[in-house]
Amino acid sequence: MKTTRLIIVAVGGQGNLLASKVLGEAALIEGVEVRMSEIHGMAQRGGVVESAIVFGNATSSIISDGEADILLGFEPAETLRAIGRCSADTKVVTNTATLPPFTVGIGKGAYPEVEEIKRVLKEKTAGLVAIDAMALAKEAGSPMSVNIVLLGALIQTNALGFSKESVIEAIRRRTKPAFLDMNLKAFELGFEAAANSVV
Amino acid sequence: MHKLLKDSPGEKIMLLGNEAIARGAVEAGVAFATTYPGTPSSEISLNLFQMSKESDLYFEYSTNEKVALEVAAAAANSGLRTFCMMKHVGLNVAADPLMTLSYVGVTAGMVILTADDPAMFSSQNEQDNRYYAKFGGFPMLEPSSVAEAKEMIKEAFELSESLKQPVILRTTTRINHSNAFVAFGEMKERKTRGRFEKDPMRCVTVPAVSRGLHVKLLERLDSATGLAEKSDFNFVQGDGPLGIIANGVSFHYAEDAVKDLGIEDKTRILRLGFTNPMPAGLIKDFLKDCEKVLVVEEGEPFMEEAVKAFAQEAGITIPIQGKSADLFSRLYEYDPAMVREKIAAFFGFDYTPVNKIDTSDIPEIANRPPNLCSGCSHRATFYAVQKAAEGMDIICPNDIGCYTLGFMPPLSTGDFVICMGSSVSSSCGFGRATDQKVVSFIGDSTFFHSGITGLVNAVFNKHNFTLVILENGITAMTGHQPHPGVDMEQMGMPGYGRVDIEQLVRALGVEHVSVIKPFKVKKSMETIREALAFDGVSVIISKEPCILWAKSMKLKKVRPFEVTDKCTDHKECINGIACPSFYIEAGRVKIDANTCVGCALCAQICPDNAIRPLKQ
Ligand code: SF4
Ligand code: SF4
Repeated sequence: MKTTRLIIVAVGGQGNLLASKVLGEAALIEGVEVRMSEIHGMAQRGGVVESAIVFGNATSSIISDGEADILLGFEPAETLRAIGRCSADTKVVTNTATLPPFTVGIGKGAYPEVEEIKRVLKEKTAGLVAIDAMALAKEAGSPMSVNIVLLGALIQTNALGFSKESVIEAIRRRTKPAFLDMNLKAFELGFEAAANSVV
Repeated sequence: MHKLLKDSPGEKIMLLGNEAIARGAVEAGVAFATTYPGTPSSEISLNLFQMSKESDLYFEYSTNEKVALEVAAAAANSGLRTFCMMKHVGLNVAADPLMTLSYVGVTAGMVILTADDPAMFSSQNEQDNRYYAKFGGFPMLEPSSVAEAKEMIKEAFELSESLKQPVILRTTTRINHSNAFVAFGEMKERKTRGRFEKDPMRCVTVPAVSRGLHVKLLERLDSATGLAEKSDFNFVQGDGPLGIIANGVSFHYAEDAVKDLGIEDKTRILRLGFTNPMPAGLIKDFLKDCEKVLVVEEGEPFMEEAVKAFAQEAGITIPIQGKSADLFSRLYEYDPAMVREKIAAFFGFDYTPVNKIDTSDIPEIANRPPNLCSGCSHRATFYAVQKAAEGMDIICPNDIGCYTLGFMPPLSTGDFVICMGSSVSSSCGFGRATDQKVVSFIGDSTFFHSGITGLVNAVFNKHNFTLVILENGITAMTGHQPHPGVDMEQMGMPGYGRVDIEQLVRALGVEHVSVIKPFKVKKSMETIREALAFDGVSVIISKEPCILWAKSMKLKKVRPFEVTDKCTDHKECINGIACPSFYIEAGRVKIDANTCVGCALCAQICPDNAIRPLKQ
């Protein structure tokens, strides 16, 4: 199978690692080989969490600069920061709801305009899907489901070639029963939103 | 039941490298395990700890790595399969017993795991611990993948038992923190009761004994070389005149590169997984069939130097290279593209790197540095100390833990950090060598780890400094592991003792001991001033639970604060304490009610009295 490389970037606490695990489970269901690597040094203290997921028959588990096929960003500024992992052929899916770093909150650093972020991402890559995953997560029942909303958007792009059913089954297996309905709704909302938001 | 205890051979599940290693140890029948937590090794111990609560596996968090290794050495010499794990710098702490344990050996399988951290994702250096294996005379195995790590630890136990010598299993962060599907294997039965057979001529390392033991160690290493020559962990893949020798994760980068470059029919790769002692015969055989050899290994030229020496012995004069200015670096970790590029360059293949995106015109994005959590008590302590010491010329040696982050402005508390426990001992030096006032910081877990010995030194040698022990009731940095000062009853885990830090410090003979509650800012400052004025060693114990921990244990009710319109906009709160819950909107200071935990530090320092509990 062709190798597909996915980078996920998020801020600590956004549920990036769970999203990776769901995709890993979906890969198992689809019979696709998968390897994942995560860097979360000081994430719980507000840092950036990055996972690299390699689907298919490569044997490495990390992704070099310029070699991601897909970039999934949970926070727009972090998506932009990770643009070095992309090439002109990379597809990008990003949340547009911002979580400004503390440095910005206190006026010591700039946070780019979201429209500007979208413009740059669109111009330099092979396609951008940008949705307000936070609003959809709240609609689904909790801001905590941002990660699953974004998975829905990712699956809509079909960049992984996974069926929607496999991912739903993976969500069933990997999320707590108490949150299952909410997560399924979150997934649907993300899936639908992405269909209409290719910019 | 813990997912790693399931006796279901053949079941395939997604595991983190560290979980796979823990599972491998359990499949190998490990009965006794010790550690001091340290990233990237922490999840191995976390899982074993959890499993020990549901089975007859013995697990302990020891006070430091040296203690952990010594405890483990005894168990492994009583006939129990024993596992001792730590991060790379932890092995430095354990180096003293390590170097003699290789002489003494073991009577049951013992594996010592070192989790190295190339690129320093969460460490103070990137030392290559393969040298410890060579230095101490330990057989060493190095996995290339998560699944292999699980299998390798089982082999490591067997190997250790057959050689009667502990085996080092060396991983790197990219193994520890990668996820992959792993198939469960059979569970070997655990032997949990052992017996120590007295053998002073092996176990009591007086000089006359050790002289004989060193001879035996070299004999064991000879046998180990024989095993390395035949080990399935050392294999050749592919065929062709271009040779690559690789270990660990680098092997997979090399394997992918050869495929990507389409040079499979020209290349042979020797993957070394049993890397100490190095299999000289196997390597010489490999070299004989090559025109040119590239050694791909992160870190130091450990294999490269050995390979060159073997080539010399065998009279082989082909080019052999690895580290050099235009090839591989001794710095940081490798990645697939970089390995591909170097392989292409070294063997003279065309290679067009991917068209990277031009990032020169990307708008500026503020950094996202890690920060002490909202409501972290360390922030309050640092603030109180800085205020109490205002106008004084102070040096603040700090230590390894969350509180290391105190070095960042505006708290700027942390002038010297080299290793765990160093704050206390370096304070002895700074206090003696300068006329400055020394105020140092250490966490409770770190104090038990290796701060105590520095403090004993300070008392005995009559040094002069103030030590602040940040007692937050848990090992916070590595993910909330217990330590000897933790109230385990409160965590619902009976069967543990507890060491009270205040009593301990007093018993060491510290004359000036005080306790503060750091969120009582004014009172804390008064107490700190008294301690600073004391001539000699003074200790301040700053007591307040880690808020992240307290929240997860539901020990704390969270009540956010808000900035009212009494605020006159001088931003003293932001500039003084930099709590991440603050933000500025339309020029006004605000508090994010979603993250504020209501520690009330800011409320106390606001000169306008403008910060109040949010009305709900
Ligand atoms: S984890 Fe605990 S000790 Fe560490 S920064 Fe957060 S609140 Fe402070
Ligand atoms: S009360 Fe103030 S200092 Fe404490 S967490 Fe809230 S905003 Fe931060």
